[in-house]
Amino acid sequence: MGAQLGKNLIEVEGLKKYFNVGKGKVLKAVDNLNFYIREGETLGMVGESGCGKSTAGRTILRLYEPTAGSVRFNGTDIYKLSPSKMKAMRRDMQMIFQDPYASLNPRFTVSDIIGEALDIHNMAGSRGERKKRIEELLDLVGLNTDHATRYPHEFSGGQRQRIGIARALAVNPKFIICDEPISALDVSIQAQVVNLLQELQERLGLTYLFIAHDLSMVKHISDRVAVMYLGKMVELAESEELYRNPIHPYTKSLLSAIPVPDPEVESQRKRILMTAEGGGPIRSADDDSEQPTLVEVSPGHWVATPY
Amino acid sequence: MANNNLTNKQPIPTLTAADFQPVDINQRESEAIKRESLSAWRDTWERLRSNKVAMGALIALFVIVLASLIGPVISHWVHGYNYKSNDLLATNQKPSGTHWFGTDDLGRDMFVRTWMGARISLTIGLAAALIDLLIGVIYGGIMGYFGGRVDTVMNKFSEILYAIPYLLVTILLLVVFKPSLGTIILALTITGWINMSWIVRGEILKLKSREYVLASRSMGAGTGRLLFRHLLPNASGPIIVTLTLSVPSAIFAESFLSFLGLGVQAPISSLGSMVENALTGWMYYPWRMLFPAVLISLIMLAFTLLGDGLRDALDPSLKNK
Repeated sequence: MGAQLGKNLIEVEGLKKYFNVGKGKVLKAVDNLNFYIREGETLGMVGESGCGKSTAGRTILRLYEPTAGSVRFNGTDIYKLSPSKMKAMRRDMQMIFQDPYASLNPRFTVSDIIGEALDIHNMAGSRGERKKRIEELLDLVGLNTDHATRYPHEFSGGQRQRIGIARALAVNPKFIICDEPISALDVSIQAQVVNLLQELQERLGLTYLFIAHDLSMVKHISDRVAVMYLGKMVELAESEELYRNPIHPYTKSLLSAIPVPDPEVESQRKRILMTAEGGGPIRSADDDSEQPTLVEVSPGHWVATPY
Repeated sequence: MANNNLTNKQPIPTLTAADFQPVDINQRESEAIKRESLSAWRDTWERLRSNKVAMGALIALFVIVLASLIGPVISHWVHGYNYKSNDLLATNQKPSGTHWFGTDDLGRDMFVRTWMGARISLTIGLAAALIDLLIGVIYGGIMGYFGGRVDTVMNKFSEILYAIPYLLVTILLLVVFKPSLGTIILALTITGWINMSWIVRGEILKLKSREYVLASRSMGAGTGRLLFRHLLPNASGPIIVTLTLSVPSAIFAESFLSFLGLGVQAPISSLGSMVENALTGWMYYPWRMLFPAVLISLIMLAFTLLGDGLRDALDPSLKNK
C-alpha cells in the first residue's frame, strides 16, 4: 500500500484474555499478545478458526474485559479509562463484523442502524442534520440514499456489509477492526467490499486491524501480517516477507494450504502438516509453562521461539 | 433431440458491432428496491390477517368484549334489569323475549349476569396477564442480561417458588384474605409471572450475544438502550405469544376458583360461580349452565387460537409459507 505511515496508533502489550471453563481450568483464548499498529497502516491477523483472532479484536475494543495487559490508543491505556471516558474513546475505535445477517438489528431501519452512534454520542444537532449525515454515509459506501427507510432483510449480503461499514464510519473513527468482514460474502462481492475498505482507508486516513482466514486476501490488503496459533502470536512480518520467507512451522503449514490458480503447480503443491504440539488452549489456571518469546530474525520479522 | 434442433435451426443472422449498444444503467439505480417497505409489525399483521382461524378468534374476542360492555346496558335499557335485581315470581324461566337467556333460581336475568360475568372473567384474565408480563419481563430481563451469579440466585429463587403447589398457595391466600377481585388477581399472579420470566430470560440470553448487540456496545450504548432498543423488541414475539396464552389460563383459574366458591362473592356474578350455581338443577334448567359454560369455553378457545396464530405470524422462519 505504501501509504505514509506515522507514529504508533495502537500499542498492545501483554494482552491476555482467559475464559473460565470450570473445574479450575481456563481457556487461554488470547495469551500474551504484543504488537503495535502505525497510523494509516493495515495489520492483517490470520489463523485458523478458534485461534483467538476475534477474541483478540473484541478485547482490544474492550468489548471483553482483559485478564491482563494493556492497549494504548495514542498513548492512552484504554483499560484504565472511566466509563464516561471510555464512551468518548469509542468514537475513535470501531468494528466491522463478520456476519452481515447477524450484525444488523432486524427491527431497525437502515437510518436507525447508521444513526444509532450519532444518537449515542449526540453528534447530530437536529433531525435534518442527522438525515444529512446518514445520506452522506450511505453515499460514501455506495448505497442509494433511498435505502435509508428500508429494513435489513431487504438487502443482499454485500449491501448489508456496506451498511455495517457505514455504521462504523458514522462517528469518524481513526481505527477500525475488521473482524472477518468478507468471509461470509460471495467471492465476487468480497473484492467489492475489500476495494471499498481500501478506498475508504485512503480517503479518510483509517488504520485497520484486518482479521481473516483468507490468506491471499490478507496479503493483498495488509502492510504487515501477524499469525496467531492457539491464542499466541507465532510470527509477525511485512506481508511480502512473511509470504516469501515463513519461518515458524505453523506459518509454513498455513501458507502451504493456499490453493494455487494453476492446475500444474496446484497438482504439485504439498501440504506441510504440523507435527502435534503439546496441549491445547485449555490449561489449569496456574499453568504458566510454555511462554514463547518473540525474536527478531531480520528487521521487522519476529518469530516466536522456541517452536 | 439436440440433433433435431440443430438441423431445424434457422440460420443465425450475422451480428455487427453496430447492433450492440452500451446499456447505461446506473448501478445505484439498479439497486433501488421497488417493494413496499414493511416494518416487522406490518409484516406480522399481514401474516396474521391471512390466517383465517386466528382472525376468526380475534373477531370472536372483539364481539365478546363488546357484548360484555354493552350487553348489560342494553338489557337495562330495554327491560330495566341489572345484575342483582330479582323477580321471585319469575325464577328458573326459560329463555324468552323478556329474559333472553332465562332467569336463575332467584329470578335474576341471566343475560345481564352472563355478560357481567364475562366482564369479570376478562378483567381478571387481562389484569393477571399484564401483571405477569410486567414482573416477568423485569425479573427475566435482569436474569438474562446480567447472567452469572445474579442469574443463578434469581433463577433458583423462582424455581423454589414454582415448586410450591400453585393451587395450595392460591386457596390459602383466598382463605386468609377475603375473596375479591384484587385478591384473586394477587393469588393468580403470585406464581404466574415465573413462566414469563423464564421465557424472557431465555430470549435475552440468546439475543445478547448477537453481533448487533455487540455493535451497539462498541458504539458506547448503555444498558437502557441495549435492553429497550435491541433486546426486548427482538424478544417481543415470544413475549406476546406467552402473554396471549396466559390470559385463558388465568380465566380458567378464576372460573375454577369461583366454582369452588373462592371467587368473587355474590351478588356479583362470574362465569364460574354461575356454573356452580346452576349445578343443582342442571337436569331441569340446563340453560342456566349452558350460557356461562359455553362463554367460558369460547373465550378460552379464542385466546388459545389467537395465541397460536400470533406464534405463526411472529416466527420469521414460517415466512412465505
